[in-house]
Amino acid sequence: MSAKRVSYFEASARARVAALVDPGSFTEFCPPAQRRTSPHLAQLDAPVAFDDGVVVGAATVDGKPVLIAAQEGQFNGGAVGEVHGAKIRGLLERAARERPAAVLLLVDSGGVRLHEANAGLIAISEIMRALMAAQAAGVPVFALVGGACGAFGGMGIVTRLCDEVIMSEEGRLGLSGPEVIETVKGVGEFDSRDRSLVWRVTGGKLRRGLGEATRLVDDDASAFRAAAVAALTHHRNAPADLASLKAAQAALTERRATHPDTRDGLEVWRTLGLAQPEAVPMLASDEFNRQLDALATEV
Amino acid sequence: MSDPSLFDALFGAGNHTVVIDGHFVAGPARLGDTPVAVIGSWDAAAVDGDLALAIAGEILRVVEADAGATPRPIVFVADTQGQALSRREELLGLNGAFAHVARCVDLARRSGHPTVALIHGEAVSGGFLAFGMLADRVVALPGAQVRVMDLRAMSRVTKIEFDRLQTLAQHSPVFAPGADNYWRMGAVHALWHDAGADWRAPLAMALAEAVDAAGHDGRAALGAERGGRTLAAAVAREVANEVAGG
Repeated sequence: MSAKRVSYFEASARARVAALVDPGSFTEFCPPAQRRTSPHLAQLDAPVAFDDGVVVGAATVDGKPVLIAAQEGQFNGGAVGEVHGAKIRGLLERAARERPAAVLLLVDSGGVRLHEANAGLIAISEIMRALMAAQAAGVPVFALVGGACGAFGGMGIVTRLCDEVIMSEEGRLGLSGPEVIETVKGVGEFDSRDRSLVWRVTGGKLRRGLGEATRLVDDDASAFRAAAVAALTHHRNAPADLASLKAAQAALTERRATHPDTRDGLEVWRTLGLAQPEAVPMLASDEFNRQLDALATEV
Repeated sequence: MSDPSLFDALFGAGNHTVVIDGHFVAGPARLGDTPVAVIGSWDAAAVDGDLALAIAGEILRVVEADAGATPRPIVFVADTQGQALSRREELLGLNGAFAHVARCVDLARRSGHPTVALIHGEAVSGGFLAFGMLADRVVALPGAQVRVMDLRAMSRVTKIEFDRLQTLAQHSPVFAPGADNYWRMGAVHALWHDAGADWRAPLAMALAEAVDAAGHDGRAALGAERGGRTLAAAVAREVANEVAGG
C-alpha cells in the first residue's frame, strides 16, 4: 500500500476514471477523436472541448462490468449542455439495455450551461428520466461527488436520484450555489466567501449526517474506488415503489420538524448528538463515520 | 399570472373542486366522464421544501387511492419562478426534495397514470425540472414564460454582451427565454393560443397523447424533427448503441 495518494478533488475527469476502474478496462464512447463539440459554445466564441466536458464509457471495477460517466469540472464548471447531457443520457439508456453491475456518475458540475441553457435544462430532465428507467430495469446508479464544482443545479437533483452517493467532505451537494443565493438574497442570507460556512451547509459531512450521502470518504481517489467496490457488493436502493416513497415522504417531512430553524451544519451536529460539534469539520472521514455509527447504534 | 378561471376553461364550470392554498393547488376534477386529479404550484411559486413535499404527498395520495382501480389522469399545473433561494433550504437538501418529487411523478407514470403538465404563468429552472417537465405531455398556455435565466442576467454571468445574445436569440432557441423555444426543442409538446377559450377538447387530446407516449421519452427526437435541437437524439443514440471497442 505504498501507492501515492491521488487527490480526487484535484484530479481531472480522465484521471478519476483511470483511478477508479480496473487497469486497461476502459473503453470510451464518443471519444474526443469524434470531435463532438458544442456548436452553441462556438457560436458565442466560447472555448469548446472535443469531449464537451464529459467522458463516458464502459469498464470493469473489481472485475464487474460498469458504465461510467465523468464530468470535467475544469471545462465550463462541468456544466451540462446539449451534447454533454446527451452523452450521459445515452449511457443511462445503454445501461437499461445492457444491465451492467452499476452505472457510476462522477459528478462535478454547477448544473446547466448558460450558453445553451434551454438545451441543458431539457438534457437534465432527460437524464433524470433515463436514470429512473435504468433503475427500474434493475441497474443501480451510484454518484461520486468530490470535485471542485460539487453537484449543484440539476446535477444536484440527479445526484439525489442515485442509489448510492459517495462523497468526500470536499465535495459539495446542493441546488443553488452560495454565490447565487448571496447575489439574489444578500450576504446576510449566505456569505459565499465564508468557506467554512459553505462547507457546513453543503459539504460531504453534512450530507452524510443527514443521510443523503451514503458513504463518506477522504479526498483520495483510491478511497473513492474502495467505496465504489463496496457499493458494487452491497448497495442501498433509492425508493421507487409506493411504500418506500411514502416512507421517504415521512422522513423528509420529519427532517424539517427535527431541524426547525437550522441554518448552519453546527446545529445539525448538535441535534444529532455529536459530542463536539465545533470539531466536526476537522475530523478525518473514518473518525466522523465512527462517531456517526456510534450514535446510530445508541438509539 | 395565475387565474382561477383557468379550471373553468379546462373542465367547465362546476366540474372541479380545485383548492388554491397559497402556492399549492390540488383537487379533483372531471373531464367529460373521466375523473382527473389536479396537482401543482400556483402564483409564480418559489418552490421550497414544504411545497415540494405537498406536491409529492398529493401524487402519492392519488396513486394510493387508485391502486387496483383505473389510474386517473394527473394534470400538473406549473407556475413557478424557480426554486426557493435560501441557506436553510440548501442545508436541508432542497435538491433531494425535488428528486423525491421526480420519483413520485415517475411512480405515477409507472402505475399507469397519464400525466400532462400545463405551464400557466411561468416555468423557471429547478421549479420546472422537479415535476412539470417530467410529464408525458407538456403544454404551454397563452402568455406562459419558460426560462432558465433572463437574458440580462445571462449576459452578466457569461460576460457576453446583451445585444449579441439578443441578436443570436432571434435565430437560436437554445439559450433565450420563451415557450416557443422549448417547443422547437421538443420539451413543450404544444402551445395553446386563444386565451379565454374552452380547453376541454385540447386537454382531452393531450391526455390521449400522454397515454400513447407513456414510458417513452420522445423529446429529443421531437426537438430534432422541429429543428430546434439537432444533436441530442443522435449523440444519445450513438452512446447508447456504439459497439464497445469499435
